[in-house]
Amino acid sequence: MTEPEPRLAVRKTYKLYLDGGFPRSESGRSYEVSTPDGQFLANAAQASRKDARDAVRAARKAVAGWSGATAYNRGQVLYRVAEVLEGRRAQFVAEVAASEGLTTAAAESRVDAAVDRWVWYAGWTDKIASVFGATNPVAGPYFDFSLPEPTGVVAVLAPQRSSLLGLVSVVAPVIAGGNTGVLLASEERPLPAITLGEVLATSDLPAGVVNVLTGRTAELAPWLASHRDVNGIDLCGAPPELATELERTAADTVKRVLRAPYGGEEPDWTTDPGTRRLTAFLEIKTVWHPMGI
Amino acid sequence: MPTWEYAPAPEARETARLRQSYGMFVNGEFTGGSGAASLKTVNPATEEVLAEVAVADQSDVDNAVAAARRAYQTVWGPMPGRERAKYLFRIARTVQERSRELAVLESLDNGKPIKESRDVDVPLAAAHFFYYAGWADKLAYAFSGPRPTGQGLGPDPRPLGVAGQVIPWNFPLLMAAWKLAPALAAGNTCVLKPAETTPLSALVLAEICQQAELPPGVVNVLPGAGDTGAAVVAHPDVDKVAFTGSTEVGKQIQRMAAGTRKRLTLELGGKAANVVFDDAPLDQAVEGIVNGIFFNQGHVCCAGSRLLVQESVYDELLDMLKRRLGTLRLGDPLDKNTDIGAINSAAQLARIRQLTEAGEAEGALRWSPACSLPDRGFWFPPTVFTGVSQAHRIAREEIFGPVLSVLTFRTPAEAVEKANNTPYGLSAGIWTEKGSRILWMAQRLRAGVVWANTFNRFDPSSPFGGYKESGFGREGGRHGLAAYLATDEEPVR
Repeated sequence: MTEPEPRLAVRKTYKLYLDGGFPRSESGRSYEVSTPDGQFLANAAQASRKDARDAVRAARKAVAGWSGATAYNRGQVLYRVAEVLEGRRAQFVAEVAASEGLTTAAAESRVDAAVDRWVWYAGWTDKIASVFGATNPVAGPYFDFSLPEPTGVVAVLAPQRSSLLGLVSVVAPVIAGGNTGVLLASEERPLPAITLGEVLATSDLPAGVVNVLTGRTAELAPWLASHRDVNGIDLCGAPPELATELERTAADTVKRVLRAPYGGEEPDWTTDPGTRRLTAFLEIKTVWHPMGI
Repeated sequence: MPTWEYAPAPEARETARLRQSYGMFVNGEFTGGSGAASLKTVNPATEEVLAEVAVADQSDVDNAVAAARRAYQTVWGPMPGRERAKYLFRIARTVQERSRELAVLESLDNGKPIKESRDVDVPLAAAHFFYYAGWADKLAYAFSGPRPTGQGLGPDPRPLGVAGQVIPWNFPLLMAAWKLAPALAAGNTCVLKPAETTPLSALVLAEICQQAELPPGVVNVLPGAGDTGAAVVAHPDVDKVAFTGSTEVGKQIQRMAAGTRKRLTLELGGKAANVVFDDAPLDQAVEGIVNGIFFNQGHVCCAGSRLLVQESVYDELLDMLKRRLGTLRLGDPLDKNTDIGAINSAAQLARIRQLTEAGEAEGALRWSPACSLPDRGFWFPPTVFTGVSQAHRIAREEIFGPVLSVLTFRTPAEAVEKANNTPYGLSAGIWTEKGSRILWMAQRLRAGVVWANTFNRFDPSSPFGGYKESGFGREGGRHGLAAYLATDEEPVR
């Protein structure tokens, strides 16, 4: 039997995911991504302020369609995302292992947990209103009810260490609640985020609902924190020395802020996430109507 | 139209049991505080000085926060919920018992008509304490919370600790109740800073806490101006900050809380659209519009200050509205026939004048009914601007006065677009007989409270609060309780 001809692998160009498409940074910049022990992995796009603003614009454009979709439909779409995630399992295992310096077995358990987490949030979409809404027994002839609604456009600074499980744990609750998002990937471990963008692009998720930026967190985060058309921000992956300043900046537009983790330590993403990340970007609307004949 | 004459029907001023001077309330005692500073609170209807009130400085804030911390750790935090509940029920009952006194005092200090303080502010304040009293021993039922998988029930929700609360002058007693009742029910202790121009009813509420034998330090009331409020908000031993007031100050407070572990809720300004469709019951709509913007002289964060009228009924509605405004009675807040009382302060009157002058300068048409204003005090006639464009300052900025800006629309989509064209998002109104359109509109209006075929209704069981720059967090209902509890993995200090 003859040896097969040596074959050169086809490498992927890692780009941004904006408004349903995969552009390079308008700035033309890129940066090297390596494994924790320094082996070259890829050149990722280094997004600019302009890319961040384009991402916000795309997310805003997608708000009406996504927040207006039925909760059942959002659940269907998010479950479809989990299916496609599962189908790409091998690729994610390889990327998580390389990005986080994990053994294949450890990476597999992270990827499995990430898929299961996504399924968990997919099932939330049509439960949110019953769990967090209310009818209010007011003292008068009125029917009065309160229901949760999405906050709008949410910027998410993805955790810097957990490249897929942590990422999924911060993105899924935002869009399960009906928000649209601008996701700033882990600066040093962005590859699973870019691949997640490819999954989202092929899962019936409308363009613009999630937009993925890669690049320098310290450069991009201030633009997202100050942007007047961003309604909320998750500071999970904020560099500790920047977190307070970002929170201060967000106050200029009364953004809803999920603070950076206490003590700068990333949470243990394998534990039950609770509903905190889900409710952080929900608004409660109360509606009154008189009762009479 | 006949003119109706009304004989004066004033409430007795003595009912307020006004004293010449009031101390601050710290650790269960009324005290003059550590500094010599005091303020004079004025009756805005006459400009007479009502009383002299001690002003809290930094060391008073330190003392109050320390008393609140001690009370939290030794008494109020460990106390069973059913016992806390009974204190709150006592407070609710005492507010009811002293309701007439509180109503007259509120109208004297704030300038609002006695019929509003008597029928709205005071009964709602009592209702708030009554409502949250019942929650104090049922916190475990209030939220599902995170229940770690396979480990059975998670811990009960826990209080946050010491709450620093800063409230405005438009509903002085009611805002105190909105802040204190849920905080206390959840097991927190409180340091409350009433507004500079309206400290009196909160101090009587402190006296009611004494009468209820509330343990010392559980509630502390610190009169003062902005720097007292800032000292409360910035105090490192405060775990929770709750603020109601302007968006401008709210942003400063959010900035101050950045980088801390303090929980924060903000109830800020508004510029609500009140949308009238051509099939609306116009008589009711007119009453709703009047209630929406002239209730409490328009000193209401959720006031319906932008009227959006469908073009086809514009002329008819405006005629009806103007006719109705001609019947409003402006004058002595203590007169039971008065509809419109005094503007709360000279500073607020100046702001209303400045913005209405800008409205005229920008080309909107100003109209007020024939209305004579008293010679002394701070007064502003009910005012309607027509020909207002979305770019005008009177359509964009919160005036916080009896001033209505009227805009028009043709289609429901245009109404939604215009209603949402504001950085605010506190409330909105819809007037139409068509049920499906109400729900369609209610879904699209970006506002925390939507009143359909009614306006300015409040209830302790009904969550209230804003979208966008109108703030975050809710007051009222189960949601209002959440603002004072740790129900998740977020560490409490």
